[in-house]
Amino acid sequence: MRIRLALCLLLFSGGPAFAQATDVPLLIGGCQGCHGVTGQGGHGIPSIKGTHSRDEFVALMRAFSANEKPATVMGRISRGYTPEQIALLAAHYARPQ
Amino acid sequence: MALSRRAFLAAAALPATLAAPRLAHAQAGAGRVVIIGGGFGGASAARFARDNFPALDITLIERSRTFTTCPYGNLVLAGKRDMNSITFGYEKLAARGVRVVHQSVVAVDAAAKQVRLADGAQVPYDRLIMSPGIDLRWGAIEGYDEAASERMPHGWVPSLQPISLLRRQLEAMPDGGRFVMVIPDNPFRCPPGPYERISMVADYLKRAKPRSKLIALDAKNGFSKQPLFQDAWAELYPGIIEWRGASNDGRVTRVNAAALEVETEFGEKLKGDVVNVIPPQMAAKIARDAGLANQSGWCPIKPATLESAQVEGIHVLGDATIAAPMPKSGFVASSHAKHAVACIAASLAGRAPPSATFFNTCYSHVGADYGISIVGVFRPGPTGFAEVEGSGGVSPRNAALTAERRQEHRRLEALYADGWYDSITDEMFG
Repeated sequence: MRIRLALCLLLFSGGPAFAQATDVPLLIGGCQGCHGVTGQGGHGIPSIKGTHSRDEFVALMRAFSANEKPATVMGRISRGYTPEQIALLAAHYARPQ
Repeated sequence: MALSRRAFLAAAALPATLAAPRLAHAQAGAGRVVIIGGGFGGASAARFARDNFPALDITLIERSRTFTTCPYGNLVLAGKRDMNSITFGYEKLAARGVRVVHQSVVAVDAAAKQVRLADGAQVPYDRLIMSPGIDLRWGAIEGYDEAASERMPHGWVPSLQPISLLRRQLEAMPDGGRFVMVIPDNPFRCPPGPYERISMVADYLKRAKPRSKLIALDAKNGFSKQPLFQDAWAELYPGIIEWRGASNDGRVTRVNAAALEVETEFGEKLKGDVVNVIPPQMAAKIARDAGLANQSGWCPIKPATLESAQVEGIHVLGDATIAAPMPKSGFVASSHAKHAVACIAASLAGRAPPSATFFNTCYSHVGADYGISIVGVFRPGPTGFAEVEGSGGVSPRNAALTAERRQEHRRLEALYADGWYDSITDEMFG
């Protein structure tokens, strides 16, 4: 719920950092390099396409960034995103609600 | 360079494959985008533009019909991959609606917004993306020119020939032979690349020629993922690898290709049975000729949009740019590509450029089921670029992990390296 609210605020506040539709295609660029164009994964790299709810996706990224979940690269990567960016990624990759 | 009337008329008479459809301009945000260079930057730009911005007319100019990636070339050296598995064609990009032109670019006329090709054709553009890659600085190490590289291959540009030559030499090397590597000072393409190469050559020597030695002569004192590489070398290849940094007379200043001999700054001469010279580098000629490079030989760019800081209307990507602390890597070039395309689309539609975040994940194979990585997330900073605080960094060292976790971590990173390679090449060429 908090996330949906955050997203609404983001998308409709007209803030300069997140006002454009191109933000999501750009943000997912960091994921696509390893998880594939659609997030399908492969070679042991997990699929992130429709595999989590938005809340689960956000919780997972938080756990990675807090080193609460064992990871190879995701701890180091997740700490590079703002909470707003993680909300956008969650909205993009999460399974439809 | 002024465009003559004749050249203009010639351009007007170009075959339909080169002339952008006029209709495109009627759409909001439409425009002709020409991309020079079909490597990690250029091919990613073309694919990203095609997937996300249908109003853009995309032409990709690349002189070669196939692209052999530098990443995974070291696995070819180790005999773990074959050449075909790291070589790709542009057919699928063309099928996606990218106009692919296999020609050399002779000149870029930024004032007239035209690119001139070797066959005489002029390609007009509204925005130009240049992802030109690097040139090797022949002669920067005395005696190391193109002819010398036939005897002492570099294996550092995206081409089959130098890597396959180096592989053949390695196969022909006698057991008990000496493999000498010459490594340049910063900045250069793929900072962890020489050290992955040391690892992969050592892996091959250990299996096939166990009495052999590898001596790496480095023009600097430290390198990417150094503690991780050196831990792995001590663990996996004891007695095989000797790495010498600049303060230990590691800087090679001269080579004698005929004698397969290299000479260090302080005059030590070393012969190898195989000598691999990775020479100093600079932005590729086409970028320097277009006025994009400064006296350093590399191209300064505006961090928010990746436009050239020297020539208006040209976005420059990848290894040719001055973008530290971002490394000169394929992942970064691809990240640059997406941002530049989004900036161009915004600009043609009269919008402000999107905010920039750049990503890098570089894996290195250091042995069988043994991979390590460096990660970075970057944003434009007050001057240049800055890594996002608290993010990024390298894999943990052995001492920081339990034995069980350590093995799993290395195994997974080797596996993920293969996944990364498949994903990024599929995005570019699939």
